[in-house]
Amino acid sequence: MSEPISALNGAAYKDGIVEITALDPVGMITLRGDLGAGYLKKPLKKITGVDMPEVRGIKLNQDQGIAWMSPDELLVICPHADVATHLETLNNAIGSNHAMSVNVSDARAVFRLRGKHIREVLAKLAPVDTSPGAFEPGTIRRSRLAQVPAAFWMVDAETAQLVCFRSVAQYVFDLLKTAAQPGSEVNHYRR
Amino acid sequence: MLILTCPNCGVTAEETEFHAHGEAHLTRFGPGASDDDFENYLFMRDNPKGVHFERWRHVYGCGKWFHAARDTVTLEMFGTYTAQTSTVPQDIIDKIAERRPEWHPPEGA
Repeated sequence: MSEPISALNGAAYKDGIVEITALDPVGMITLRGDLGAGYLKKPLKKITGVDMPEVRGIKLNQDQGIAWMSPDELLVICPHADVATHLETLNNAIGSNHAMSVNVSDARAVFRLRGKHIREVLAKLAPVDTSPGAFEPGTIRRSRLAQVPAAFWMVDAETAQLVCFRSVAQYVFDLLKTAAQPGSEVNHYRR
Repeated sequence: MLILTCPNCGVTAEETEFHAHGEAHLTRFGPGASDDDFENYLFMRDNPKGVHFERWRHVYGCGKWFHAARDTVTLEMFGTYTAQTSTVPQDIIDKIAERRPEWHPPEGA
């Protein structure tokens, strides 16, 4: 099979107030169904090693995890090579129940933001309160970046990760570069 | 600018993260209805000055629908509530009554 390559093929921007990297393909599975059902909880725990996240939560176990996307939707994150086997596990567990899992890895682009100004770079682009206390590691926020949908979460105090559609990867990268250009610190969140 | 709280995911955000979809609590008239009823359902909308009930969707967030009660003049938000209802919940009516003593709930609400 051909090699999976991300939309921007590892592009990076290191000159700004935040370091932006387009990550290599990440495995992603969209799962819709009754999130309280045992036939979803069990295989998810087996695949990712984490429990079902709370509302707006994201639970990560190194490069695997589960993100809460809506009252009936989850995003399962895993290594790109594991998607097929995970999908099989999920589908076997779901059986004839009313739920659906789909491989969306190739429909997405993932960026990593690193630096002490990640909160304000995100705040410049999304209508989201990214202040400390309101936005912390463990929560995922689905919103928009300028004109396109995106979801982002903090991995730790100086690292955030962001998912958008692959078709707008270049647009999002350009947005992030502009918001992180040298000398553009706002220092709004400096305490 | 309106600030809405999505009752489905609990996110409070400003209106550009949502999309308004017009008047709420319409009675549907489909096949078999009279032409007048169907025309009324399809085209005729209230456009009140003051308290108004609307359907909204959290387009950039969880993607779910909900209802909102607001004032079209002052842009005050009275509250948001589930889309799985055809009537206005009592707590929303109480909130509006508190702020607008002269206001009366619409028929059927």
